[in-house]
Amino acid sequence: MTRKQKRGVFIGFIFAAAALGVFAVLASLNSAIAYFYTPSDLQKLAKPPAGVIRLGGLVKQGSVAYPGGSTTVQFVVADKFAQTRVTYNGILPDLFREGQGVVVEGKLEPDGSVEASQVLAKHDEKYMPKELADALKKQGVWQEKNAPHS
Amino acid sequence: MIADLANPERFERFVKPFWLTASALAVILLALGFYFGLFHSPADYQQGDTVRIMYVHVPAAMMSMACYTAMAVASIVGFVWKHPLADVAAKASAPIGAVFTALALVTGSLWGKPMWGAWWVWDARLTSELILFFIYIGYIAIWEAVDDKIRAARLAAIVAIVGFVNIPIIKFSVDWWNSLHQGESIFRRGGPTIDGSMLLPLFLMIGAYMMVYAALLVPAMKNELSARRIARLERMGGVSGVRPE
Repeated sequence: MTRKQKRGVFIGFIFAAAALGVFAVLASLNSAIAYFYTPSDLQKLAKPPAGVIRLGGLVKQGSVAYPGGSTTVQFVVADKFAQTRVTYNGILPDLFREGQGVVVEGKLEPDGSVEASQVLAKHDEKYMPKELADALKKQGVWQEKNAPHS
Repeated sequence: MIADLANPERFERFVKPFWLTASALAVILLALGFYFGLFHSPADYQQGDTVRIMYVHVPAAMMSMACYTAMAVASIVGFVWKHPLADVAAKASAPIGAVFTALALVTGSLWGKPMWGAWWVWDARLTSELILFFIYIGYIAIWEAVDDKIRAARLAAIVAIVGFVNIPIIKFSVDWWNSLHQGESIFRRGGPTIDGSMLLPLFLMIGAYMMVYAALLVPAMKNELSARRIARLERMGGVSGVRPE
């Protein structure tokens, strides 16, 4: 083997070892790296997680309510298969609305609902001018699956 | 042509016209990009005018990874083939890439506060991009810390190549894990999910950032070559006193 080949093999080996190591760490941390649970994730867990959790999903249409006219807001975070009730007393982000993706941070209550201490809006990957969005809605071709948070 | 440039003297003759072209293109594309981005593109239906942060954020994030990839490739070429310009190119790329990374992090944070409701979250995309910034800083620190430049080049190359593991993690973080950061909008199956009127300024700015990188990289490489020549002459005792250090 020439010295050049030796150097090539050496650096290839180091890179492969590093990649493997990082892969092993990430694979074992998998659920800890995920930023939030979805409602179906929560349902699937054998034991509900203790302490502060984050829950992500869409705010269910028609679920936002301010019971008793107070500042405390209640809504339901849903994914395709499951849903979780959330109670929150605080300032909601501007993008918060029904159908919008959100990530709420808070405590999981014994009844399966979440008492949120923070609500973050999750923006998706769609960008379009307001005029176009309005026009699509007017023509009736606006589909919820195309714009999950209109 | 690339092989010809291996000769540092030929490289120096190539620097000036290349630099002039890249700088001119950078200025033109930046002017067009800012014009379309700030005055001649629509507000987003959800984000309003905040969407315009995308035109500085997305190209910065792309270039933070592209710069690093260039640095890793140059490091392999330098480490294995001992190409005389390769580790110069890698070394010169690092500060530029670090600035692109910082810009991506800062503009992302400025966008995150009004849109998400938080300046920063520890999700996979943001965290891996922050790690990229630290890798750049570590790489630069190695060049500064090791006096023997041949050893420094070897060590720095190993760090750059190992650190490349982080690049696919940044790129695919939004697919592999639940993250607050949105997914890919441009290079995805079924075409971009960004309206054409917004893609124009975005692509102008991506081109502008590439030209900025080229226009900064080549003179930085030339300076590094000059610094090495001065160091060599000083060691030979030829020009002692030229650099009072």
